[in-house]
Amino acid sequence: MTDFAGSDFSEFWHYYIAAFTVLGILFSIWLLSSQTTKKLAEGEQAEALAPTWDGDLKELNNPLPRWWMWMFYGLIFFGIGYLVLYPGMGKFAGTLGWTSFQEWKDDKDAVDAEFDKVMGPYKGQDIMTVAADAKAREMGQNLFMTYCSQCHGSSAQGGKGFPNLTDAQWLFGGSPEDIQASIAGGRIAEMPAMGDAVGGEQGAREVANYVLSLGGKQHDATLAAAGQAKYAACAGCHGEDGKGMAIASFPDLTDDAWQHGGSESAIAQSIIKGRKGGMPAQSQASGGMLSDAKIHLLTAYVWGLGGGKQPATPAPVEVMAAPAEAAPAAY
Amino acid sequence: MEATYNYKVVRQFSIMTVVWGIVGMLVGVIIAAQLMWPTLTEALGPLAPYLSYGRLRPLHTNAVIFAFGGSALFATSLYIVQRTCQTRLLSDGLAAFVFWGWQLVILLAAISLPMGYTSGKEYAELEWPIDLLITVVWVAYAVLFLGTIMIRKTQHIYVANWFFGAYIITIAILHLVNSAELPWALAGGSWFKSYSAYAGVHDAMVQWWYGHNAVGFFLTTAFLGMMYYFIPKQAGRPIFSYRLSIVHFWALNFIYMWAGPHHLLYTALPDWVQSLGMVFSLMLIAPSWGGMLNGIMTLSGAWHKLRTDPILKFLITALSFYGMSTFEGPMMSVKTVNALSHYTEWNIAHVHSGALGWVAMISIGSLYHLIPRLYGREEMHSVRLINVHFWWSTIGVVLYIASMWIAGVAQGLMWRATNLDGTLTYSFAQSVAAMYPFYAIRLIGGAMFFAGMLLMAWNVWKTVAAGKAVNDARIPQAVTA
Repeated sequence: MTDFAGSDFSEFWHYYIAAFTVLGILFSIWLLSSQTTKKLAEGEQAEALAPTWDGDLKELNNPLPRWWMWMFYGLIFFGIGYLVLYPGMGKFAGTLGWTSFQEWKDDKDAVDAEFDKVMGPYKGQDIMTVAADAKAREMGQNLFMTYCSQCHGSSAQGGKGFPNLTDAQWLFGGSPEDIQASIAGGRIAEMPAMGDAVGGEQGAREVANYVLSLGGKQHDATLAAAGQAKYAACAGCHGEDGKGMAIASFPDLTDDAWQHGGSESAIAQSIIKGRKGGMPAQSQASGGMLSDAKIHLLTAYVWGLGGGKQPATPAPVEVMAAPAEAAPAAY
Repeated sequence: MEATYNYKVVRQFSIMTVVWGIVGMLVGVIIAAQLMWPTLTEALGPLAPYLSYGRLRPLHTNAVIFAFGGSALFATSLYIVQRTCQTRLLSDGLAAFVFWGWQLVILLAAISLPMGYTSGKEYAELEWPIDLLITVVWVAYAVLFLGTIMIRKTQHIYVANWFFGAYIITIAILHLVNSAELPWALAGGSWFKSYSAYAGVHDAMVQWWYGHNAVGFFLTTAFLGMMYYFIPKQAGRPIFSYRLSIVHFWALNFIYMWAGPHHLLYTALPDWVQSLGMVFSLMLIAPSWGGMLNGIMTLSGAWHKLRTDPILKFLITALSFYGMSTFEGPMMSVKTVNALSHYTEWNIAHVHSGALGWVAMISIGSLYHLIPRLYGREEMHSVRLINVHFWWSTIGVVLYIASMWIAGVAQGLMWRATNLDGTLTYSFAQSVAAMYPFYAIRLIGGAMFFAGMLLMAWNVWKTVAAGKAVNDARIPQAVTA
């Protein structure tokens, strides 16, 4: 099927649309002029038409109100003018050559150029330096509010299903590199449904209590004891001690960071049904909408929220512009 | 036996107009309250999912447009076509079928929408079995209405009937084309789920061609038909200009058909379609206003009646809101304005100045004229109460619209505000938080309008109780010119 846009526009549809548009406007003009009569003279009464309906319904035949008639003509001629200047009649692009794509692109390029002036200088600095810069932090927060707060919350403390970014507990690493990679490329995590493996609802409750006992949290000792053997099904990923496996992003079950809830019932639910989670990739290279400069600022902001870890290798010591100079004075 | 009018079906639809008005507006008040207090209905436990905002919102729109507005249109069109053709309806059996068929459609909507059955198309949410039922009832209505015009005793067709005729034919086409869908059952799935016959931007365009013309023909053309009978009747004055009615009738019907794309400005819809939608939407101001002028100018020489006749107040205020929203609509279809107004509460303001200010008020005024005549009374039980109803409704609409205008413009400005570094000044949640005061005012305005409907119900009840159903309204001899 034709898309009715661009090169896919066949000659037939072009003429079909253009012809209907022109005829439609001509019809409106003809309709209006066909009913245009002289103004009533001073003191002249409008003609009363003969038919009567339902006892007393009658019609006068006043001329069209002048201001209304001229307004109608005016709107029609505005329409004609618009369709000469802008696309409308099929393939005819309009004399201005305007397209909504070009308008968007011009706007975006202009805005991006502004962004780059302000944000570009920070790109050359390492994350921890940026995180220490008050202005960069403020911009990072603005960006966070726009792009991240929908899931992670205005205070970045997350919510059910969405990780807290302010604690020091990280599923995918808290070093500057790891955070940047999470934002740019996104993350996918999945835990398979383990209900059958642990013996259904009751088994899941027992394992949940055992998991709680691993973290030294309040639990039912009888159930936990019963769950210990069944926990074997979990240990492959989460480890015998429940500490998870950071390198493979298998969560630590002994800390307080429960993405899907840490109550007995919430843990049992996770065991029975499994969990699927994902953060979408944000970098333009991965199909997202954020430039590298924005991701750099965001990384620094998130890193500086309190949970950021030191980089695996020390930051390369380079001669960099002093932050005070890097940050544009105009900001 | 002397020839009489069929008032039974008119009575049935008139009473149901009041009933469905109350139901539809009550649901509106509930969802307005849910926007203030999102957890409002969660306390209802197992019932809560059926009363969530997402389920109730289409119930509100369908109930108000098709149950309340629809019943008002059936009542008045079937009354007007008889009175102005000076003949009884084509068939009493068909009339009864249309009444009960339409009530069944409404009942099925009231059950299936809260249960979550939806085709996902705005104002066309009902699933395919109900779509089929609508088609059957609508064809019966078309036969009944157009057939009555065929057997008319008057020579000329009265102008109100042109508008009803255009509405009946166009709604049939809109419904058939937009509801073209494939039941999932054909592929082994559910019996109550279907998928549109169109895909992607084609589907969006068909949907908004439908959506806009549902507003155009259901809520504009048809209610102009109502206006063309009840205003001259209530004012006791002849229609201002036959000539004007010709121009605005044909121009309105023709130009409305082009305006749908303005619902999809700045989307994947090709630029040329967006332009055509905008240009024809602007041209639409003139034919829309033609109807307002013809109604208001009909009052020439009878302006003093506005002081004393609350029914006329309803009818003329309705026309004023009509004029306002048919100017506002074209303005919002200008691309630059739309860039600010789209997706904001401004749309809600616009829709309700049409739905409450125009559609509901013209229907209420018409019913206050109609009901005493259907029950052998001179006038409504309490004319003073009509006046009270008028002021409650008017103040309610103004509170509603003004709050949503301010909210919408504020929302649009907050969404586009940027900091010096180019980032957005406000997060989305901040723009939601800023809505609360306006949501509160809207709730008050909507509740006032709803309370007015309760007053009306009481007044109608007292009128009906003390009256007697008229089944022997004699048909006068048609005067042939």
